[in-house]
Amino acid sequence: MQFYIQQILNALQVGSVYALIALGYTMVYGILTMINFAHGDIFMMGTYVAFFFSTLILSLVVGIHPIFAFVITMLVAMFGAALLAVVIERLAYKPLRTAPRISVVITALGVGLFLENFMVAFKPVGPAPRFLPPLIPAVNYNLGGVTVSTIQIVIIVVSALVMILLDTIVRRTMVGIAMRAIAWDKFIVPLMGVPVDRIISLTFALGASIAAVGGTLYGMAYTIDPYMGIRIGWWAFISAVVGGIGNIRGAMIGGFILGFVEIFTPVFLPSTYRDFVAFSLLLLLLIFRPTGILGRPMMQKV
Amino acid sequence: MKSAFWKQWKLPLILLLIFPFTILLPKFGIINPYIDLVLKYVGINIILTISLNLVNGYMGEFSVGHAGFMAIGAYVASLLTVWLFPRSLGPFLFPVALLTGGIAAGIAGLGIALPSFRTRGDYLAIVTLAFNMIIKSVLENIEAIGGPSGFMGMDKLTSLWWVYIIVIVVVFLARNYVFSNFGRGVLAIREDETASGLVSVHTRQVKVLTFVFSAFLAGIGGGLFAHELQFINPRSFTILKSTEMLVMVYLGGVGSLGGSILGATVFTVMMEGLRTVLQQFGISQEWRLVVAPLLLILLMIFRPYGIMGLREFRFLVPREERPEALASQREQVQATRQTKEALP
Repeated sequence: MQFYIQQILNALQVGSVYALIALGYTMVYGILTMINFAHGDIFMMGTYVAFFFSTLILSLVVGIHPIFAFVITMLVAMFGAALLAVVIERLAYKPLRTAPRISVVITALGVGLFLENFMVAFKPVGPAPRFLPPLIPAVNYNLGGVTVSTIQIVIIVVSALVMILLDTIVRRTMVGIAMRAIAWDKFIVPLMGVPVDRIISLTFALGASIAAVGGTLYGMAYTIDPYMGIRIGWWAFISAVVGGIGNIRGAMIGGFILGFVEIFTPVFLPSTYRDFVAFSLLLLLLIFRPTGILGRPMMQKV
Repeated sequence: MKSAFWKQWKLPLILLLIFPFTILLPKFGIINPYIDLVLKYVGINIILTISLNLVNGYMGEFSVGHAGFMAIGAYVASLLTVWLFPRSLGPFLFPVALLTGGIAAGIAGLGIALPSFRTRGDYLAIVTLAFNMIIKSVLENIEAIGGPSGFMGMDKLTSLWWVYIIVIVVVFLARNYVFSNFGRGVLAIREDETASGLVSVHTRQVKVLTFVFSAFLAGIGGGLFAHELQFINPRSFTILKSTEMLVMVYLGGVGSLGGSILGATVFTVMMEGLRTVLQQFGISQEWRLVVAPLLLILLMIFRPYGIMGLREFRFLVPREERPEALASQREQVQATRQTKEALP
């Protein structure tokens, strides 16, 4: 029993990171019907921003309060990732807005690979795995046989807060209403005075900064390397599809489902089968319920 | 005046004349092994590019998992030549191994195509991607074929002349497919699937068959690849390989066989050339991997249809389809119409 509670806790930890990244995929898809394959690598870049900034701040400012260091690192990572995402959107995706939809998906794939390989070839980063410096001191609490670390609590709580915040933004604010309006109809909405280009850039920025939150949290618990965006990114992408791509709450649910798949696969099968189980789940879901758990069927207009 | 015979048989004769050189040149060391290797890679990449172009270029669907089919072809062909066929007969049974690999990949393609062509759009991209990942994961988990450390023991059966023959056969098959009735259905689907359904193109059947054919070709390419390297490993067939194929398709040109040949050649030679250039300037070889994705992005923005996009070399167009033949047909039709109108 304790074993299962422990595993559920681990699954929540992994799942919340997946959910945070899945949100970026799903928001961009919702507004542009475009699979932003570079999103996993923007998450990676955000994590590296956090890595360099936290190393810098911990060496420059001695005796800085851990919570302050953590918050400022996260904010810087969010800003860096958002800036990168907007630059990519303006340079690589925007010229293709009228081109066939395939072109922009291929471009995204290219951007992702470019970021990965660039970071590998770029000397100060290189392919070696690294650790984020300890921003928050890891303390383990033992609650009746279940070990809970401060890092685990921080990951789960911060992710939950960010998700609630995002849900509020999308549901309550003008920006959120504009996003949903563009997702609904791209031709009428500009006539109503909605600045489409700005809202699209904002969506990319929002998605990227949430991914950077996920990246900072992920970096506190695991090692980071330039290729981490591939595996984490794909898993987050599956989360988005499983939850129903384009649907924000679906992405959150999907993230937690994938978290459970990741943690509970090794209980029943060798851990090398994780990818196999996750992608088979995706295939089965696509065959039997192509729109995902919360997605709505798309109507094709002729 | 050129004889009709010469006109009709010019291309096959030229190709036949080149053939002995593909045996003799490597044999007597006139071209060094490195150039031999690059030429073989060019050939293999032409096959792979044509395979992906059929789906992405001609049909306008979007597959990102062709490395998965390549992996199936590579593993099946290698398992046959290493475990089943006697080593002495290897060179003779090589085409059988390749064909079996291709057929296995084709069957996998059928399994992917049947459920995924119910809807259009990004669906196929996601499914093929998942397929690519699953194949890699499965190969890594079967210990009998080497698991993650790969499979080896193949003889170096891929020779330049085999590659040469297979490339010609593949180009020939693909050309006939594209210009057949079926191929016109494929093009119609790219332009507008709903409309092509209305003019009685059996869209589902056309899509499934094209996808299976494409997977078959990728499998053949994989078999050749495996018997060139003599070592295959699940990590050779990741999404990175699929992206390389995408670059070649979009570099050469979508919906064009000539473009596929050109794209594969230019890309392969360029990547090999880059290796030497980087070595000369003492830059780390890792930068080579940065070039391909960057090229893909720039291509998509500035030349989304590639060098030869939607155009074709003259010699790859069937004689009755060439512009002057079409023009004379039009004249004939007009002439008959005029004589009909002239009648009382």
